[in-house]
Amino acid sequence: MQAATILRRYSIQIGVTCILLALVALFMVLSPKTFLASRIYISFLSTIPFTTLLAVGLTFCIVSGEMDISFPAVMALSGLIFAMVFKATGSPLLGLIACLATGMVAGLGNGVLVVGFGVPSIIATIGTQFLWRGLAVVLADGLARNIVDVRDTWIHSLFVGRLWDVIPAQAIWCLLLCVAAWLILNRHVYGDSLLFIGDNIRTARMTGVSVSRERILLFAGMGLISAFVSFLICLEMANWWPTMGEGYMLLVFASVFIGGTSVFGGKGTIYGTAIGSIIIGIIEAGVISSGLSGFWTRLVYGMIIVISVSIYALTLKTRRE
Amino acid sequence: MPHTTPLIELRHISKRFGSVVALEDVSFRLGSNEIVGLLGDNGAGKSSLVKILSGVEQADSGSFSVNDTSVALKSYSVKMARKLGIETVYQERALCENQPLWRNVFVGRHKRNRFGLIDVAYERQATETILKEFMGLRGAGVSADACVAVLSGGERQGLAIGRAMYFAASAVILDEPTTALSLTEVSKVLQFIQQIRKAGRSAVFISHNMRHVYEACDRFVILDRGRVVQELNKGDITLEGLSSLLTGLACGATPANEHMESGEGE
Repeated sequence: MQAATILRRYSIQIGVTCILLALVALFMVLSPKTFLASRIYISFLSTIPFTTLLAVGLTFCIVSGEMDISFPAVMALSGLIFAMVFKATGSPLLGLIACLATGMVAGLGNGVLVVGFGVPSIIATIGTQFLWRGLAVVLADGLARNIVDVRDTWIHSLFVGRLWDVIPAQAIWCLLLCVAAWLILNRHVYGDSLLFIGDNIRTARMTGVSVSRERILLFAGMGLISAFVSFLICLEMANWWPTMGEGYMLLVFASVFIGGTSVFGGKGTIYGTAIGSIIIGIIEAGVISSGLSGFWTRLVYGMIIVISVSIYALTLKTRRE
Repeated sequence: MPHTTPLIELRHISKRFGSVVALEDVSFRLGSNEIVGLLGDNGAGKSSLVKILSGVEQADSGSFSVNDTSVALKSYSVKMARKLGIETVYQERALCENQPLWRNVFVGRHKRNRFGLIDVAYERQATETILKEFMGLRGAGVSADACVAVLSGGERQGLAIGRAMYFAASAVILDEPTTALSLTEVSKVLQFIQQIRKAGRSAVFISHNMRHVYEACDRFVILDRGRVVQELNKGDITLEGLSSLLTGLACGATPANEHMESGEGE
Protein backbone atom coordinates (compact mmCIF):
# COMPACT_ATOMS: atom_id res chain seq x y z
CA MET A 1 0.00 0.00 0.00
CA GLN A 2 2.65 2.49 1.09
CA ALA A 3 4.93 1.59 -1.82
CA ALA A 4 2.03 1.79 -4.25
CA THR A 5 1.13 5.30 -3.09
CA ILE A 6 4.71 6.49 -3.47
CA LEU A 7 4.91 4.89 -6.90
CA ARG A 8 1.73 6.65 -7.98
CA ARG A 9 2.65 10.01 -6.50
CA TYR A 10 6.07 10.09 -8.13
CA SER A 11 5.11 8.25 -11.31
CA ILE A 12 6.22 11.09 -13.57
CA GLN A 13 9.59 11.53 -11.87
CA ILE A 14 10.19 7.77 -11.98
CA GLY A 15 9.05 7.60 -15.60
CA VAL A 16 11.29 10.38 -16.82
CA THR A 17 14.28 8.92 -14.94
CA CYS A 18 13.67 5.56 -16.63
CA ILE A 19 13.59 7.22 -20.05
CA LEU A 20 16.94 8.89 -19.33
CA LEU A 21 18.55 5.69 -18.06
CA ALA A 22 17.25 3.71 -21.03
CA LEU A 23 18.57 6.32 -23.41
CA VAL A 24 22.02 6.37 -21.81
CA ALA A 25 22.10 2.55 -21.82
CA LEU A 26 21.12 2.52 -25.48
CA PHE A 27 23.87 4.98 -26.41
CA MET A 28 26.38 2.98 -24.36
CA VAL A 29 25.54 -0.07 -26.45
CA LEU A 30 25.49 1.78 -29.76
CA SER A 31 28.68 3.75 -29.20
CA PRO A 32 30.58 2.38 -26.23
CA LYS A 33 33.72 4.32 -27.12
CA THR A 34 32.00 7.65 -26.54
CA PHE A 35 29.48 6.87 -23.83
CA LEU A 36 31.70 4.71 -21.63
CA ALA A 37 34.33 7.46 -21.39
CA SER A 38 34.10 10.53 -19.19
CA ARG A 39 34.80 13.19 -21.79
CA ILE A 40 31.33 13.31 -23.27
CA TYR A 41 29.81 13.77 -19.79
CA ILE A 42 32.14 16.69 -19.01
CA SER A 43 31.08 18.25 -22.26
CA PHE A 44 27.40 17.74 -21.32
CA LEU A 45 28.07 19.53 -18.04
CA SER A 46 29.19 22.59 -19.95
CA THR A 47 26.29 22.75 -22.42
CA ILE A 48 23.20 21.30 -20.72
CA PRO A 49 23.02 23.78 -17.78
CA PHE A 50 21.89 26.56 -20.15
CA THR A 51 18.89 24.56 -21.30
CA THR A 52 18.18 23.33 -17.77
CA LEU A 53 18.10 26.80 -16.24
CA LEU A 54 15.83 28.19 -18.95
CA ALA A 55 13.56 25.15 -18.65
CA VAL A 56 13.34 25.56 -14.87
CA GLY A 57 12.31 29.18 -15.37
CA LEU A 58 9.74 28.18 -17.94
CA THR A 59 8.41 25.47 -15.60
CA PHE A 60 7.32 28.23 -13.20
CA CYS A 61 5.46 29.91 -16.07
CA ILE A 62 3.73 26.75 -17.28
CA VAL A 63 2.83 25.69 -13.73
CA SER A 64 1.13 29.07 -13.32
CA GLY A 65 -0.81 28.53 -16.52
CA GLU A 66 1.23 31.07 -18.48
CA MET A 67 3.48 30.90 -21.54
CA ASP A 68 6.60 32.92 -22.24
CA ILE A 69 7.98 32.54 -25.72
CA SER A 70 9.92 35.79 -25.57
CA PHE A 71 12.76 34.37 -23.46
CA PRO A 72 15.17 33.79 -26.40
CA ALA A 73 14.70 37.44 -27.38
CA VAL A 74 15.22 38.57 -23.79
CA MET A 75 18.46 36.56 -23.88
CA ALA A 76 19.60 38.36 -27.01
CA LEU A 77 18.81 41.79 -25.58
CA SER A 78 20.31 41.29 -22.12
CA GLY A 79 23.33 39.46 -23.54
CA LEU A 80 23.99 42.43 -25.81
CA ILE A 81 23.75 44.81 -22.86
CA PHE A 82 26.31 42.67 -21.02
CA ALA A 83 28.68 42.74 -24.00
CA MET A 84 28.25 46.47 -24.55
CA VAL A 85 28.70 47.44 -20.89
CA PHE A 86 31.70 45.14 -20.58
CA LYS A 87 33.30 46.60 -23.69
CA ALA A 88 32.60 50.16 -22.57
CA THR A 89 33.70 49.85 -18.94
CA GLY A 90 35.91 46.78 -18.86
CA SER A 91 34.00 45.60 -15.78
CA PRO A 92 32.25 42.25 -16.12
CA LEU A 93 30.47 42.87 -12.80
CA LEU A 94 28.85 46.07 -14.10
CA GLY A 95 28.00 44.12 -17.22
CA LEU A 96 26.33 41.41 -15.16
CA ILE A 97 24.28 43.92 -13.19
CA ALA A 98 23.17 45.74 -16.34
CA CYS A 99 22.38 42.42 -17.99
CA LEU A 100 20.19 41.17 -15.12
CA ALA A 101 18.46 44.55 -14.87
CA THR A 102 17.68 44.47 -18.59
CA GLY A 103 16.25 40.99 -18.34
CA MET A 104 14.11 41.93 -15.39
CA VAL A 105 12.77 45.07 -17.04
CA ALA A 106 11.95 43.11 -20.21
CA GLY A 107 10.20 40.49 -18.06
CA LEU A 108 8.30 43.19 -16.19
CA GLY A 109 7.20 44.52 -19.57
CA ASN A 110 5.76 41.10 -20.38
CA GLY A 111 4.11 40.99 -16.97
CA VAL A 112 2.48 44.39 -17.38
CA LEU A 113 1.11 43.42 -20.79
CA VAL A 114 -0.34 40.19 -19.41
CA VAL A 115 -1.56 41.27 -15.99
CA GLY A 116 -2.10 45.01 -16.44
CA PHE A 117 -3.58 45.02 -19.94
CA GLY A 118 -4.99 41.50 -19.85
CA VAL A 119 -3.31 40.27 -23.04
CA PRO A 120 -3.07 36.44 -22.95
CA SER A 121 0.57 35.61 -22.24
CA ILE A 122 1.15 33.56 -25.40
CA ILE A 123 0.02 36.49 -27.54
CA ALA A 124 1.78 39.15 -25.47
CA THR A 125 5.09 37.29 -25.65
CA ILE A 126 4.76 36.65 -29.38
CA GLY A 127 4.67 40.43 -29.65
CA THR A 128 7.47 41.20 -27.21
CA GLN A 129 9.59 38.44 -28.72
CA PHE A 130 9.86 40.58 -31.87
CA LEU A 131 10.16 43.72 -29.80
CA TRP A 132 13.11 42.63 -27.62
CA ARG A 133 15.03 40.97 -30.43
CA GLY A 134 14.29 43.87 -32.75
CA LEU A 135 15.61 46.24 -30.14
CA ALA A 136 18.74 44.12 -29.69
CA VAL A 137 19.45 43.95 -33.41
CA VAL A 138 18.91 47.70 -33.85
CA LEU A 139 21.17 48.50 -30.89
CA ALA A 140 23.84 46.12 -32.17
CA ASP A 141 23.50 47.36 -35.73
CA GLY A 142 23.11 43.72 -36.66
CA LEU A 143 26.68 42.90 -35.77
CA ALA A 144 28.13 40.37 -33.33
CA ARG A 145 30.26 41.52 -30.38
CA ASN A 146 33.52 39.81 -29.66
CA ILE A 147 34.35 39.95 -25.93
CA VAL A 148 37.37 37.69 -25.80
CA ASP A 149 38.93 39.85 -23.03
CA VAL A 150 36.33 38.53 -20.63
CA ARG A 151 38.23 35.25 -20.47
CA ASP A 152 40.88 36.87 -18.29
CA THR A 153 38.46 38.10 -15.62
CA TRP A 154 37.59 36.57 -12.24
CA ILE A 155 33.90 36.64 -13.16
CA HIS A 156 34.68 34.29 -16.03
CA SER A 157 36.39 31.77 -13.73
CA LEU A 158 33.64 32.10 -11.15
CA PHE A 159 30.76 31.40 -13.51
CA VAL A 160 32.10 29.30 -16.38
CA GLY A 161 35.59 28.30 -15.22
CA ARG A 162 36.60 24.69 -14.70
CA LEU A 163 36.56 23.43 -11.13
CA TRP A 164 39.74 21.34 -10.55
CA ASP A 165 40.30 21.92 -14.27
CA VAL A 166 37.48 19.48 -14.97
CA ILE A 167 33.98 20.39 -13.88
CA PRO A 168 32.40 23.37 -15.64
CA ALA A 169 31.33 25.95 -13.03
CA GLN A 170 28.01 26.54 -14.80
CA ALA A 171 26.99 23.01 -13.83
CA ILE A 172 27.47 23.86 -10.15
CA TRP A 173 25.51 27.13 -10.53
CA CYS A 174 22.81 25.20 -12.30
CA LEU A 175 22.60 22.61 -9.54
CA LEU A 176 22.39 25.29 -6.84
CA LEU A 177 19.72 27.20 -8.72
CA CYS A 178 17.73 24.00 -9.28
CA VAL A 179 17.73 23.33 -5.54
CA ALA A 180 16.66 26.93 -4.90
CA ALA A 181 13.93 26.58 -7.53
CA TRP A 182 12.71 23.35 -5.92
CA LEU A 183 12.49 25.09 -2.55
CA ILE A 184 10.63 28.06 -4.02
CA LEU A 185 8.12 25.94 -5.92
CA ASN A 186 7.50 23.30 -3.28
CA ARG A 187 8.34 24.82 0.06
CA HIS A 188 7.80 28.54 -0.28
CA VAL A 189 4.58 30.51 -0.16
CA TYR A 190 5.39 32.05 -3.54
CA GLY A 191 5.47 28.67 -5.28
CA ASP A 192 2.30 27.68 -3.50
CA SER A 193 0.57 30.79 -4.83
CA LEU A 194 1.75 29.97 -8.37
CA LEU A 195 0.45 26.39 -8.11
CA PHE A 196 -2.97 27.67 -7.05
CA ILE A 197 -3.00 30.39 -9.73
CA GLY A 198 -2.21 27.77 -12.36
CA ASP A 199 -4.73 25.32 -10.98
CA ASN A 200 -7.65 27.71 -10.74
CA ILE A 201 -7.06 31.43 -10.76
CA ARG A 202 -10.48 32.31 -9.36
CA THR A 203 -10.05 30.01 -6.38
CA ALA A 204 -6.60 31.46 -5.81
CA ARG A 205 -8.09 34.95 -5.70
CA MET A 206 -10.87 33.86 -3.32
CA THR A 207 -8.39 32.28 -0.93
CA GLY A 208 -6.44 35.48 -0.54
CA VAL A 209 -3.54 34.98 -2.99
CA SER A 210 -2.31 38.32 -4.40
CA VAL A 211 -2.81 37.06 -7.94
CA SER A 212 -1.73 40.14 -9.91
CA ARG A 213 1.44 40.77 -7.96
CA GLU A 214 2.56 37.14 -8.10
CA ARG A 215 1.99 36.93 -11.86
CA ILE A 216 3.96 40.10 -12.60
CA LEU A 217 6.79 38.77 -10.43
CA LEU A 218 6.63 35.51 -12.39
CA PHE A 219 7.38 37.23 -15.71
CA ALA A 220 10.06 39.40 -14.13
CA GLY A 221 11.67 36.23 -12.76
CA MET A 222 11.61 34.55 -16.16
CA GLY A 223 13.31 37.65 -17.60
CA LEU A 224 15.93 37.48 -14.87
CA ILE A 225 16.73 33.82 -15.53
CA SER A 226 16.92 34.41 -19.29
CA ALA A 227 19.35 37.26 -18.67
CA PHE A 228 21.49 35.13 -16.36
CA VAL A 229 21.70 32.34 -18.94
CA SER A 230 22.58 34.78 -21.70
CA PHE A 231 25.34 36.13 -19.44
CA LEU A 232 26.68 32.58 -18.95
CA ILE A 233 26.57 31.92 -22.69
CA CYS A 234 28.36 35.21 -23.47
CA LEU A 235 31.09 34.21 -20.99
CA GLU A 236 31.36 30.65 -22.27
CA MET A 237 31.54 31.74 -25.92
CA ALA A 238 33.33 35.07 -25.26
CA ASN A 239 30.98 36.40 -27.88
CA TRP A 240 27.54 37.88 -28.46
CA TRP A 241 25.66 37.37 -31.70
CA PRO A 242 22.28 38.69 -32.95
CA THR A 243 20.49 35.34 -33.13
CA MET A 244 21.54 34.34 -29.61
CA GLY A 245 18.90 32.26 -27.84
CA GLU A 246 16.94 31.26 -30.91
CA GLY A 247 18.07 27.64 -30.83
CA TYR A 248 16.81 27.23 -27.26
CA MET A 249 13.14 27.91 -27.83
CA LEU A 250 11.96 24.43 -28.78
CA LEU A 251 14.56 22.56 -26.73
CA VAL A 252 13.41 24.35 -23.59
CA PHE A 253 9.72 23.74 -24.22
CA ALA A 254 10.48 20.10 -24.99
CA SER A 255 12.44 19.75 -21.72
CA VAL A 256 9.55 21.10 -19.68
CA PHE A 257 6.97 18.83 -21.28
CA ILE A 258 9.17 15.72 -21.24
CA GLY A 259 9.58 16.52 -17.55
CA GLY A 260 5.85 15.97 -17.08
CA THR A 261 4.71 19.53 -16.40
CA SER A 262 1.03 19.87 -17.26
CA VAL A 263 0.20 22.33 -19.99
CA PHE A 264 -3.04 23.04 -18.09
CA GLY A 265 -1.15 24.49 -15.13
CA GLY A 266 -1.04 23.65 -11.44
CA LYS A 267 1.27 20.67 -11.86
CA GLY A 268 4.95 20.36 -12.55
CA THR A 269 8.23 19.37 -10.99
CA ILE A 270 11.71 20.87 -11.07
CA TYR A 271 13.21 17.38 -11.00
CA GLY A 272 11.21 16.30 -14.05
CA THR A 273 12.23 19.41 -15.96
CA ALA A 274 15.92 18.99 -15.09
CA ILE A 275 15.91 15.35 -16.21
CA GLY A 276 13.93 16.38 -19.30
CA SER A 277 16.61 18.89 -20.22
CA ILE A 278 19.33 16.25 -19.79
CA ILE A 279 17.41 13.89 -22.09
CA ILE A 280 17.14 16.65 -24.68
CA GLY A 281 20.80 17.54 -24.15
CA ILE A 282 22.27 14.09 -24.72
CA ILE A 283 20.22 13.09 -27.75
CA GLU A 284 22.21 14.98 -30.36
CA ALA A 285 25.60 13.69 -29.21
CA GLY A 286 24.16 10.21 -28.79
CA VAL A 287 22.64 10.10 -32.25
CA ILE A 288 25.79 11.31 -33.97
CA SER A 289 28.21 9.12 -32.02
CA SER A 290 25.98 6.13 -32.79
CA GLY A 291 26.93 6.61 -36.41
CA LEU A 292 23.70 8.16 -37.62
CA SER A 293 23.85 11.43 -39.48
CA GLY A 294 22.90 14.66 -37.74
CA PHE A 295 19.66 14.66 -39.70
CA TRP A 296 18.38 11.95 -37.38
CA THR A 297 18.56 14.16 -34.31
CA ARG A 298 15.26 15.88 -34.92
CA LEU A 299 13.53 12.60 -35.65
CA VAL A 300 14.70 11.18 -32.31
CA TYR A 301 13.71 14.38 -30.48
CA GLY A 302 10.29 14.06 -32.01
CA MET A 303 9.94 10.42 -31.03
CA ILE A 304 10.99 10.97 -27.42
CA ILE A 305 8.73 14.00 -27.00
CA VAL A 306 5.67 12.41 -28.59
CA ILE A 307 6.09 9.16 -26.68
CA SER A 308 6.61 10.80 -23.30
CA VAL A 309 3.76 13.30 -23.51
CA SER A 310 1.45 10.52 -24.75
CA ILE A 311 2.36 8.35 -21.75
CA TYR A 312 1.64 11.23 -19.35
CA ALA A 313 -1.67 12.04 -21.01
CA LEU A 314 -2.68 8.36 -20.89
CA THR A 315 -1.79 7.97 -17.20
CA LEU A 316 -3.80 11.08 -16.38
CA LYS A 317 -6.73 9.77 -18.39
CA THR A 318 -6.74 6.33 -16.76
CA ARG A 319 -6.37 7.88 -13.32
CA ARG A 320 -9.45 9.99 -13.93
CA GLU A 321 -11.57 7.10 -15.21
CA MET B 1 -34.04 34.22 22.74
CA PRO B 2 -30.51 32.85 23.10
CA HIS B 3 -29.22 35.02 20.26
CA THR B 4 -29.11 38.40 21.92
CA THR B 5 -25.52 39.57 21.33
CA PRO B 6 -24.99 40.11 17.63
CA LEU B 7 -21.74 38.69 16.33
CA ILE B 8 -22.00 40.53 13.04
CA GLU B 9 -24.21 43.53 12.49
CA LEU B 10 -24.73 45.30 9.19
CA ARG B 11 -26.75 48.51 9.23
CA HIS B 12 -28.21 50.28 6.20
CA ILE B 13 -25.76 48.73 3.75
CA SER B 14 -26.00 49.77 0.09
CA LYS B 15 -23.99 48.51 -2.84
CA ARG B 16 -24.11 49.43 -6.51
CA PHE B 17 -22.34 47.84 -9.45
CA GLY B 18 -22.29 50.60 -12.03
CA SER B 19 -25.92 51.55 -12.47
CA VAL B 20 -27.25 48.32 -10.94
CA VAL B 21 -28.35 48.56 -7.33
CA ALA B 22 -27.35 45.25 -5.75
CA LEU B 23 -28.24 46.09 -2.15
CA GLU B 24 -30.27 48.97 -0.81
CA ASP B 25 -30.45 49.87 2.86
CA VAL B 26 -29.95 46.30 4.01
CA SER B 27 -29.64 45.62 7.72
CA PHE B 28 -28.60 42.18 8.82
CA ARG B 29 -27.48 40.63 12.08
CA LEU B 30 -26.00 37.31 12.98
CA GLY B 31 -26.19 36.29 16.65
CA SER B 32 -23.65 34.13 18.39
CA ASN B 33 -24.22 30.39 17.94
CA GLU B 34 -26.96 31.15 15.46
CA ILE B 35 -27.46 29.78 11.97
CA VAL B 36 -29.25 32.19 9.66
CA GLY B 37 -30.63 31.23 6.27
CA LEU B 38 -30.36 33.84 3.55
CA LEU B 39 -33.07 33.32 0.96
CA GLY B 40 -34.17 34.98 -2.22
CA ASP B 41 -34.34 34.46 -5.95
CA ASN B 42 -31.44 35.04 -8.34
CA GLY B 43 -30.57 38.70 -8.31
CA ALA B 44 -32.13 39.28 -4.90
CA GLY B 45 -28.77 40.34 -3.50
CA LYS B 46 -27.69 37.20 -1.64
CA SER B 47 -24.31 36.90 -3.29
CA SER B 48 -23.66 40.62 -3.01
CA LEU B 49 -24.29 40.39 0.71
CA VAL B 50 -21.98 37.37 0.96
CA LYS B 51 -19.26 39.20 -0.95
CA ILE B 52 -19.50 42.14 1.43
CA LEU B 53 -19.41 39.90 4.49
CA SER B 54 -16.43 37.94 3.20
CA GLY B 55 -14.51 41.03 2.11
CA VAL B 56 -14.41 40.25 -1.62
CA GLU B 57 -16.41 43.45 -2.34
CA GLN B 58 -16.71 46.62 -0.32
CA ALA B 59 -20.04 48.26 0.53
CA ASP B 60 -20.72 51.81 -0.69
CA SER B 61 -22.49 53.06 2.42
CA GLY B 62 -23.82 51.91 5.76
CA SER B 63 -22.04 50.58 8.80
CA PHE B 64 -20.62 47.24 9.75
CA SER B 65 -19.59 45.91 13.11
CA VAL B 66 -18.17 42.62 14.30
CA ASN B 67 -18.39 41.85 18.03
CA ASP B 68 -19.49 45.42 18.71
CA THR B 69 -16.35 46.78 17.07
CA SER B 70 -17.05 48.85 14.02
CA VAL B 71 -15.26 47.97 10.80
CA ALA B 72 -14.12 50.52 8.21
CA LEU B 73 -16.14 49.71 5.09
CA LYS B 74 -13.54 50.68 2.52
CA SER B 75 -10.54 48.90 3.97
CA TYR B 76 -12.38 45.66 4.67
CA SER B 77 -10.82 42.72 2.79
CA VAL B 78 -10.67 38.91 2.66
CA LYS B 79 -7.64 38.97 4.95
CA MET B 80 -9.36 41.26 7.42
CA ALA B 81 -12.49 39.12 7.40
CA ARG B 82 -10.37 36.13 8.30
CA LYS B 83 -8.69 38.07 11.08
CA LEU B 84 -12.11 38.88 12.50
CA GLY B 85 -13.08 35.21 12.34
CA ILE B 86 -15.34 35.33 9.29
CA GLU B 87 -14.66 32.44 6.92
CA THR B 88 -16.47 31.80 3.65
CA VAL B 89 -17.16 28.44 2.03
CA TYR B 90 -17.99 28.78 -1.64
CA GLN B 91 -19.96 26.25 -3.64
CA GLU B 92 -17.22 25.83 -6.20
CA ARG B 93 -13.88 27.63 -6.26
CA ALA B 94 -13.36 26.71 -2.62
CA LEU B 95 -10.55 24.26 -3.36
CA CYS B 96 -8.01 23.64 -6.12
CA GLU B 97 -8.45 20.15 -7.50
CA ASN B 98 -4.90 19.19 -8.40
CA GLN B 99 -3.32 20.37 -5.18
CA PRO B 100 -2.86 18.23 -2.09
CA LEU B 101 -5.31 18.66 0.77
CA TRP B 102 -2.78 20.28 3.10
CA ARG B 103 -2.00 23.01 0.57
CA ASN B 104 -5.70 23.69 0.20
CA VAL B 105 -6.20 23.97 3.94
CA PHE B 106 -3.39 26.48 4.36
CA VAL B 107 -3.36 28.41 1.08
CA GLY B 108 -3.02 32.13 1.68
CA ARG B 109 -1.91 31.64 5.31
CA HIS B 110 0.82 29.05 5.44
CA LYS B 111 2.68 28.33 8.61
CA ARG B 112 6.33 29.11 8.03
CA ASN B 113 9.35 27.73 9.79
CA ARG B 114 12.35 29.81 10.83
CA PHE B 115 13.82 29.65 7.31
CA GLY B 116 10.71 31.28 5.90
CA LEU B 117 9.69 28.04 4.24
CA ILE B 118 6.36 26.27 4.58
CA ASP B 119 6.23 23.99 7.62
CA VAL B 120 4.92 20.99 5.71
CA ALA B 121 5.04 18.52 8.61
CA TYR B 122 2.92 20.81 10.77
CA GLU B 123 0.42 21.46 7.98
CA ARG B 124 0.08 17.77 7.12
CA GLN B 125 -0.57 17.00 10.77
CA ALA B 126 -3.22 19.70 11.06
CA THR B 127 -4.90 18.48 7.89
CA GLU B 128 -4.97 14.91 9.19
CA THR B 129 -6.66 16.26 12.31
CA ILE B 130 -9.36 17.95 10.23
CA LEU B 131 -9.85 14.76 8.22
CA LYS B 132 -10.18 12.56 11.29
CA GLU B 133 -11.85 14.74 13.85
CA PHE B 134 -14.04 17.06 11.83
CA MET B 135 -14.85 14.99 8.76
CA GLY B 136 -14.79 11.61 10.46
CA LEU B 137 -12.58 10.07 7.76
CA ARG B 138 -10.59 7.34 9.42
CA GLY B 139 -8.17 4.77 8.13
CA ALA B 140 -5.86 4.90 5.16
CA GLY B 141 -8.46 6.01 2.64
CA VAL B 142 -7.53 9.68 2.32
CA SER B 143 -4.30 11.30 3.44
CA ALA B 144 -3.25 14.93 3.69
CA ASP B 145 -1.13 14.38 0.58
CA ALA B 146 -4.01 13.22 -1.59
CA CYS B 147 -5.31 15.62 -4.22
CA VAL B 148 -8.68 17.27 -3.75
CA ALA B 149 -9.81 15.50 -6.94
CA VAL B 150 -10.17 12.23 -4.97
CA LEU B 151 -12.77 13.72 -2.61
CA SER B 152 -16.50 13.56 -3.27
CA GLY B 153 -18.48 16.79 -3.50
CA GLY B 154 -19.72 16.50 0.07
CA GLU B 155 -16.26 15.73 1.39
CA ARG B 156 -14.92 18.80 -0.37
CA GLN B 157 -17.46 20.99 1.38
CA GLY B 158 -16.57 19.18 4.60
CA LEU B 159 -12.91 20.04 4.11
CA ALA B 160 -13.76 23.67 3.38
CA ILE B 161 -15.96 23.89 6.47
CA GLY B 162 -13.37 21.99 8.54
CA ARG B 163 -10.75 24.47 7.34
CA ALA B 164 -12.92 27.36 8.51
CA MET B 165 -13.37 25.69 11.90
CA TYR B 166 -9.68 24.94 12.17
CA PHE B 167 -8.89 28.61 11.79
CA ALA B 168 -11.31 29.29 14.65
CA ALA B 169 -13.96 30.99 12.57
CA SER B 170 -16.63 32.52 14.76
CA ALA B 171 -18.87 32.84 11.71
CA VAL B 172 -18.87 30.57 8.66
CA ILE B 173 -20.57 31.86 5.54
CA LEU B 174 -21.83 29.00 3.40
CA ASP B 175 -22.53 30.12 -0.15
CA GLU B 176 -24.74 27.45 -1.73
CA PRO B 177 -22.78 24.55 -0.22
CA THR B 178 -25.32 21.89 -1.23
CA THR B 179 -25.82 22.81 -4.88
CA ALA B 180 -25.02 20.06 -7.38
CA LEU B 181 -24.57 17.39 -4.70
CA SER B 182 -26.25 13.98 -4.48
CA LEU B 183 -28.69 13.25 -1.65
CA THR B 184 -26.20 11.41 0.55
CA GLU B 185 -23.62 14.13 -0.04
CA VAL B 186 -26.15 16.79 0.96
CA SER B 187 -26.87 15.03 4.24
CA LYS B 188 -23.14 14.97 4.94
CA VAL B 189 -22.92 18.71 4.39
CA LEU B 190 -25.94 19.32 6.62
CA GLN B 191 -24.22 17.28 9.33
CA PHE B 192 -21.10 19.42 8.95
CA ILE B 193 -23.28 22.48 9.42
CA GLN B 194 -24.69 21.00 12.62
CA GLN B 195 -21.12 20.61 13.84
CA ILE B 196 -20.69 24.36 13.45
CA ARG B 197 -23.62 24.82 15.81
CA LYS B 198 -22.32 22.21 18.28
CA ALA B 199 -18.97 23.96 18.39
CA GLY B 200 -20.77 27.13 19.50
CA ARG B 201 -20.03 29.02 16.27
CA SER B 202 -22.39 30.84 13.93
CA ALA B 203 -23.16 30.46 10.25
CA VAL B 204 -24.93 32.15 7.38
CA PHE B 205 -26.39 29.61 4.99
CA ILE B 206 -27.28 30.62 1.45
CA SER B 207 -29.15 28.20 -0.79
CA HIS B 208 -31.95 27.91 -3.30
CA ASN B 209 -33.03 24.68 -1.71
CA MET B 210 -35.67 25.59 0.84
CA ARG B 211 -35.63 22.16 2.44
CA HIS B 212 -31.91 22.31 3.21
CA VAL B 213 -32.14 25.83 4.58
CA TYR B 214 -35.19 25.05 6.67
CA GLU B 215 -33.54 21.98 8.15
CA ALA B 216 -30.29 23.71 9.05
CA CYS B 217 -31.26 27.20 10.21
CA ASP B 218 -32.72 28.95 13.23
CA ARG B 219 -33.83 32.09 11.46
CA PHE B 220 -34.48 33.18 7.87
CA VAL B 221 -33.80 36.46 6.18
CA ILE B 222 -35.51 36.94 2.84
CA LEU B 223 -34.10 39.31 0.24
CA ASP B 224 -35.86 40.59 -2.81
CA ARG B 225 -34.40 42.99 -5.37
CA GLY B 226 -31.70 44.21 -3.04
CA ARG B 227 -33.86 44.73 0.03
CA VAL B 228 -34.67 42.69 3.12
CA VAL B 229 -38.37 41.95 2.84
CA GLN B 230 -38.90 39.55 5.71
CA GLU B 231 -37.18 38.08 8.75
CA LEU B 232 -38.66 34.99 10.40
CA ASN B 233 -37.75 32.64 13.21
CA LYS B 234 -38.01 28.95 12.50
CA GLY B 235 -40.84 28.60 15.05
CA ASP B 236 -42.96 31.15 13.20
CA ILE B 237 -43.23 29.37 9.87
CA THR B 238 -43.43 25.90 8.36
CA LEU B 239 -41.34 24.67 5.45
CA GLU B 240 -44.41 24.89 3.20
CA GLY B 241 -45.11 28.43 4.34
CA LEU B 242 -41.54 29.46 3.63
CA SER B 243 -41.62 27.85 0.19
CA SER B 244 -44.83 29.52 -0.91
CA LEU B 245 -43.60 32.81 0.46
CA LEU B 246 -40.57 32.64 -1.79
CA THR B 247 -42.44 31.33 -4.80
CA GLY B 248 -44.85 34.22 -4.34
CA LEU B 249 -42.00 36.69 -4.34
CA ALA B 250 -40.49 35.15 -7.42
CA CYS B 251 -43.71 35.38 -9.43
CA GLY B 252 -44.96 38.68 -8.12
CA ALA B 253 -44.54 42.02 -9.80
CA THR B 254 -46.78 43.50 -7.08
CA PRO B 255 -45.29 44.95 -3.88
CA ALA B 256 -43.60 42.36 -1.73
CA ASN B 257 -45.67 43.07 1.37
CA GLU B 258 -48.90 41.59 0.03
CA HIS B 259 -47.16 38.34 -0.73
CA MET B 260 -45.62 38.19 2.65
CA GLU B 261 -48.97 38.38 4.29
CA SER B 262 -50.41 35.63 2.15
CA GLY B 263 -47.29 33.59 2.85
CA GLU B 264 -47.56 34.04 6.56
CA GLY B 265 -51.21 33.07 6.52
CA GLU B 266 -50.47 29.51 5.56
